[in-house]
Amino acid sequence: MTMEAFSSVTSRTVVLPRTDIDTDQIIPARFLRTTSREGLGQQLFSDWRYLADGRPNPDFVLNQPESAGCSVLVGGRNFGCGSSREHAPWALLDFGIRAVISTEFADIFRSNALKNGLVPVIVDDATLQWLIGHPGVEVTVDLTSSSLKLPDGKSVTFPIEPFARYCLIHGVDQLGYLLSKNNEITAYEQRHAAR
Amino acid sequence: MTTPKTLFQKVWERHEVVPQTADTPAVLFIDLHLIHEVTTPQAFSILRERGLSVRRRDLTLGTMDHSTPTRTEQVFGGKPFTIASAANQVQQLEVNCAEFGVELLNLTSDLRGIVHVIGPELGATQPGKTIVCGDSHTSTHGAFGALAFGIGTTEVGHVLATQCLLQTKAKTLAINVTGKLKPGVTAKDLVLAIIGKIGVGGGTGHVIEFRGEAIRALSMDERMTVCNMSIEAGARAGMVAPDETTFAYLKGRPRAPQGADWERAVADWRTLVTDEGATFDREVTIDANTVEPMISWGTHPGMVAAVSGSVPASSNDPVFDKALSYMGFSAGQKLAGSPINVVFVGSCTNSRLSDLRAAASVLKGRKIARGVQMLVVPGSQQIKKQAEAEGLDKVFIEAGAEWRESGCSMCLGMNGDIVGKGQYSVSTSNRNFEGRQGVGARTLLASPLTAAASAVRGTITDPRDLL
Ligand code: SF4
Repeated sequence: MTMEAFSSVTSRTVVLPRTDIDTDQIIPARFLRTTSREGLGQQLFSDWRYLADGRPNPDFVLNQPESAGCSVLVGGRNFGCGSSREHAPWALLDFGIRAVISTEFADIFRSNALKNGLVPVIVDDATLQWLIGHPGVEVTVDLTSSSLKLPDGKSVTFPIEPFARYCLIHGVDQLGYLLSKNNEITAYEQRHAAR
Repeated sequence: MTTPKTLFQKVWERHEVVPQTADTPAVLFIDLHLIHEVTTPQAFSILRERGLSVRRRDLTLGTMDHSTPTRTEQVFGGKPFTIASAANQVQQLEVNCAEFGVELLNLTSDLRGIVHVIGPELGATQPGKTIVCGDSHTSTHGAFGALAFGIGTTEVGHVLATQCLLQTKAKTLAINVTGKLKPGVTAKDLVLAIIGKIGVGGGTGHVIEFRGEAIRALSMDERMTVCNMSIEAGARAGMVAPDETTFAYLKGRPRAPQGADWERAVADWRTLVTDEGATFDREVTIDANTVEPMISWGTHPGMVAAVSGSVPASSNDPVFDKALSYMGFSAGQKLAGSPINVVFVGSCTNSRLSDLRAAASVLKGRKIARGVQMLVVPGSQQIKKQAEAEGLDKVFIEAGAEWRESGCSMCLGMNGDIVGKGQYSVSTSNRNFEGRQGVGARTLLASPLTAAASAVRGTITDPRDLL
């Protein structure tokens, strides 16, 4: 499966104002017994999204009518902490989320997200607090300028490694890049064979 | 004179196939790739789709642990797994390893166990290696002075196909632990105290090096417990510089260097220390003398307090109220004496022989409280055998606990070993996230001593009351 090229997304936001949203919440472990990566969106935030009897929890933001079709999620600090499960970005993407905005992302989640075309947008605390206070506003995440455009016309830039950005914009798959380093890898192996 | 370097820098530089530039990450060579059933099926699918093979089968080792049953009749007796999708995943790993020629310690292998327990046990985990696995607790192996970190499934595919990863260099954080742990206070209490101090995001973007006299005094099992939970502080990895304790642990292990190779290896490993004068991006100091037996009261591993203490009266953590309501605790509530339902001794944090001995030392000649379910799940089949040779299994069974085959079990409940809704579980594992041990389960992270003492009383108990 190759990654879709991504240059920008414009969407209303859906806001989950919690800090430290861990990957066990994004996709609980009991849904990791799959051997494919399709269809995980159904179980996204399962324990918050569904009641004990399986019905959608009407109080949970993703179940509210205004969240339908939103593809930008706003979350509190340290988003994606915990397990290395790539099922977390797979579930978010399958649900339709293309970018997550927070002040800080856990390292492995961020790396997994970037490899799948889910953009982690790091903003300052004031911007995050504003977004949390104004759920449902329309924003644009623009990768070509590494910026987040807010409804008042203001835009803030966010940090992203040039390589990851390049790969996202051009839909380049990183495995192909690594495979192109075959000669260097072989040379390394030969140098270290004696070790 | 050459510039002084940190342990992390030294291990990193040894593995640069292509160094990092302003525009591209480094290509980093991986010395050991551990794989398990949960995070690999989609990676093997990528290889298949693209017609790729496993580049270095000799550096790849598979085991099964997350979804595997712990009941003997299901592991050895051919009884079906409780959960069909778990059986399917395990079978898929067998198929993948056979097709791609990867060594697999399968369900009935006497070398099987939790991936982070068997690497060290076999001597495959060694100082100076780069070690990865599709599992965040790969940080455990850093206890040997390896650079070890968890990766996602896409990256598992990268390593299978190229034995390399694209990585940007992390920052460094030194955690200096001075002084000495008091009796009854364990490595688990120390690492919980550290996470409580720096926070669950306190290590983000950093590789931690644990240093200082209290760390030097720890056994390898204890150093693994500390490095294991580095990820719970958000760190990319945790490391301890190798020393005589490390070498003594590894000597003679089946996959450690032997004979003249051993001498050469040790001479090299001795150079894997942070040089005098090397600087870290950040430093934190903790006094081991002040650490008490610790327990978590909330829904992430930074929400911890002394067992003899209380839930904080207030907190600036924005999820404080939600955590308390999930846990059924009130602000300022005393922890000791609060009733519990389940005790789990196991997981890659605390399932090694010394952990089982610690739990057994409390349970010997005692019974667990009525109504409490206690599960003891060794980290590997070898540990199980050693524990049985010492009669620890009898101590557990006589006390009223269940003694199981190795695996992750109730740490994350994928195999069906779960904690019921609303139940309190004192667990020696590493994560107390909502629902981690089962939907609605309330996890209290603690040491094996605290877990065993709490099982005896049926309430949260400071183990020093029973020692
Ligand atoms: S014991 Fe728990 S933390 Fe360790 S590898 Fe297994 S599931 Fe992960």
